[in-house]
Amino acid sequence: MSTSPIAFNRRAFIRTSSLASGGLLIGFNLFTACKPKVQPPVDISRLNFNDFNAFIKIADNGMVTIFSPNPEIGQGVKTAMPMLIAEELDVAWKNVYVQQGILDTENYTRQLAGGSQSIRLGWEPLRQTGATARQMLVNAAAAKWGVDPSECTTSEGVITNAKGETLGYGDVVKEAAALEVPENVTLMDPKNFKVIGTDAPNVDIDKIISGKPLFGLDYKVEGMVYASVLRPPAFGKVLDTYDDSKAKAMPGVLEVIRIGEKAKELSKEGIGNWTVAMGKSDKVVVIAKTTWEALKAKEALSATWVDDSTLESTQFQDEQLLGLLDGKEFQTLRKDGDIENAFFQADKILERTYESPFLPHNCMEPMNFFANITDEKIHLVGPVQTPEFAATAVAGMLGRDVNDVHLEMTRMGGGFGRRLYGDFVYEAAEIAHAIKKPVKLVFSREDDMTAGTYRPAIKYRIKAAIRNGQVTAYYLKEAAIGGNMYGLIPNFFPAGAIENYQVDVANYQSNITTGAWRAPYTNFLAFAEQSFFDELAETMEVDRIQLRLDLLDKVKGTTDERIEYSPERMQQVIKVAVDKSGWGKKGEGIFQGFAAYYCHNSHVAEVADVEIENGMPIVKKVTCVVDCGIVVNPLGAKNQIEGGVIDGVGHAMYGDFSFADGRPQSQNYDKYRLIRMGEIPEVEAHLIENGLAPTGLGEPTLPPAGAAVANALKAATGNRFTQQPFSKFPELMKVPTKAIIG
Amino acid sequence: MPKYNININGVSKSVEVAGDTPLLWVLRDHLDLVGTKYGCGIAQCGACTVHLDGNAVRSCSMPIASVAGQQITTIEGLSKNGDHPVQLAWKEVDVPQCGYCQAGQIMTASAFLDKNPNPTSDEIKTAMHGNICRCAAYTRIHNAVAIAADKMG
Repeated sequence: MSTSPIAFNRRAFIRTSSLASGGLLIGFNLFTACKPKVQPPVDISRLNFNDFNAFIKIADNGMVTIFSPNPEIGQGVKTAMPMLIAEELDVAWKNVYVQQGILDTENYTRQLAGGSQSIRLGWEPLRQTGATARQMLVNAAAAKWGVDPSECTTSEGVITNAKGETLGYGDVVKEAAALEVPENVTLMDPKNFKVIGTDAPNVDIDKIISGKPLFGLDYKVEGMVYASVLRPPAFGKVLDTYDDSKAKAMPGVLEVIRIGEKAKELSKEGIGNWTVAMGKSDKVVVIAKTTWEALKAKEALSATWVDDSTLESTQFQDEQLLGLLDGKEFQTLRKDGDIENAFFQADKILERTYESPFLPHNCMEPMNFFANITDEKIHLVGPVQTPEFAATAVAGMLGRDVNDVHLEMTRMGGGFGRRLYGDFVYEAAEIAHAIKKPVKLVFSREDDMTAGTYRPAIKYRIKAAIRNGQVTAYYLKEAAIGGNMYGLIPNFFPAGAIENYQVDVANYQSNITTGAWRAPYTNFLAFAEQSFFDELAETMEVDRIQLRLDLLDKVKGTTDERIEYSPERMQQVIKVAVDKSGWGKKGEGIFQGFAAYYCHNSHVAEVADVEIENGMPIVKKVTCVVDCGIVVNPLGAKNQIEGGVIDGVGHAMYGDFSFADGRPQSQNYDKYRLIRMGEIPEVEAHLIENGLAPTGLGEPTLPPAGAAVANALKAATGNRFTQQPFSKFPELMKVPTKAIIG
Repeated sequence: MPKYNININGVSKSVEVAGDTPLLWVLRDHLDLVGTKYGCGIAQCGACTVHLDGNAVRSCSMPIASVAGQQITTIEGLSKNGDHPVQLAWKEVDVPQCGYCQAGQIMTASAFLDKNPNPTSDEIKTAMHGNICRCAAYTRIHNAVAIAADKMG
């Protein structure tokens, strides 16, 4: 047994209450708990159960309900987070019912899905909460029996004393609710875990397979109307005039309104200008009785637009970014040693430029949100990854108190970063405010793809110096649209491994809205870097795996506290991947490519196997080795790994999104290619077992996939891919005759 | 507004809508059957797949006027208790991540297996190629279809 190292005052965030219906309710605030440094609310006495964003409810019959606080976007936290509580509460997982909690905006932070952090940050506090509840139930039973609590044990919801007498949790919940909250509870030894580490199916599986209402688009209330929004056809254009006479005459159309004033206020306050897609322009909204009538009538609107800023094309953006790579204006994020001198003294220099396009998120559930605004309440319901931010922004936009906001989160038909941005929530709120009716804003697929917050187009230039068989300098320059890599990234590999090391960044402020996309920046940087290390090994004529292992050796024992990754853990995933993939031992006709990458606190190595079929290289298999510490739910974890790898392969192969005169050139799936079943590799997943605290898993398997594939394609075709998507370069896919025969 | 009589999940329904209204929106907005999902509206993603006289079709591109009088089955009517062999296989494999596309996947798979109860792996891939899963849970979708085929065959 170990006592939790995180010091906090549980009284500040755990409260108990008897339920009128019988049973015990334990309220706790996950996000105060997740951030030990966050101060508890100033006035504890006025807190009531509405102030907690997560609960455990234990009924008289012993059934346990756990309210999961974080938004579920398909990453599995609605299953895995309650598992942490159930483990320490010591209840059988099959007796646990999980329900989505609502947002509490008043006191707390980090009720969001992003950065693959929910499990890592919830690991200690969620278990603490379960353990606290368990101790209170034990204390209640001990008092009933007149024995010391230390003489009692628990197992799957049953408390047993030294004489062998038993009481169920349900038998003592009333008494437990009246007890003091214990200050020091002990957590279970990981050796004795019964729930953590077992396969738990998705808690919503029955609803998903039978088509029950679950998603934002499924939400309905009596008297609800539907809104479809006409936005500018191109980035850089703003609304001038519009004619709604045809639309208004169409069946089901209730009214047509112009919105934008409120969103502009939001931009002025600096809250929303980077989140409101096309936020500068007013928009025209059709309100109709049904979704179809709203979508169809929008098509019947005609509008005139004026140019507000440059109507950019992909070629124009490419020129800007290449100009930045060649230019002298940049910011240095990390500088070790003296790269100039090392390049001057080098025997050999390798320099490569890597280029990626914009990417839309393409969540299968298009953006949508419900809003109903009355004098009493701002009721918001739907899929958003950042409910707290959205609620605060809406309250600010409408000049209302944030306590008026009641925000319910629905299960999300994908997130991938798109639902971090609340533009669709603000639009829904502005519409509801104007029409004074409950309304559902629905994006068509075309709206969703053309009013995005895209993964920005980025170009990387990497340059390395080689002297006496050693890599003596590494220089990375990023030219990106919108913003630049976050500050931790320059401390990822190979920082610390190469004496002279520098990372510079420059950005071009486009009018195209950009944002986080699954594994922001690293989703493409990993491709650039791990492609580069393969070429570096070829240039140095050394083994490509050994080069990486040798560089990692140099980071061991580092005193540089900025270094984010663990060289030992990285070496381990590399070695296991080499072993499990049969690296170098596959027969002729199988071409392998390797990549390893650290991000979201996890270490990942991947090997792609390419085979030639009908003269074309085909990615047949990816072996993926992940060190994300203790795996809470292996069944869900492997699903994330398989999905992350295939997502990475798919976007590297096919993902392309271009602009002409500010207008997105793809508007729907007929002109935007996502990977489909016939194109997927087999994914073999391996998880490192090391008993260390859990780290991220929703994102980190994606970044290395593109590089593993590119390195395998090089082996198969002799051609090096430096631009994504690979499918844009069919001439590089041609396999030399020898390889086909081989 | 014209009136259409349609048979959904074995029950006769009457709806008053414009004749060009896609079946998808009749199901979702008029009949409260929201299990059938909107994904693209142009028959490219498969999220809206339902059965029309036993064949998998894209309800987003089927005007209501064209389906009157035919038997339509949606995910809600595939089985009474969510226990169609394909649904059970989906549970066994724990297929979904976000889950949004899965009703369409299940409807495509069940219609396919009715016609080809003993498919090869490649036949499964071809049959399921029209359904996009953005979370890329394709490996499990493929495995679940194979397991369902074993159970049905």
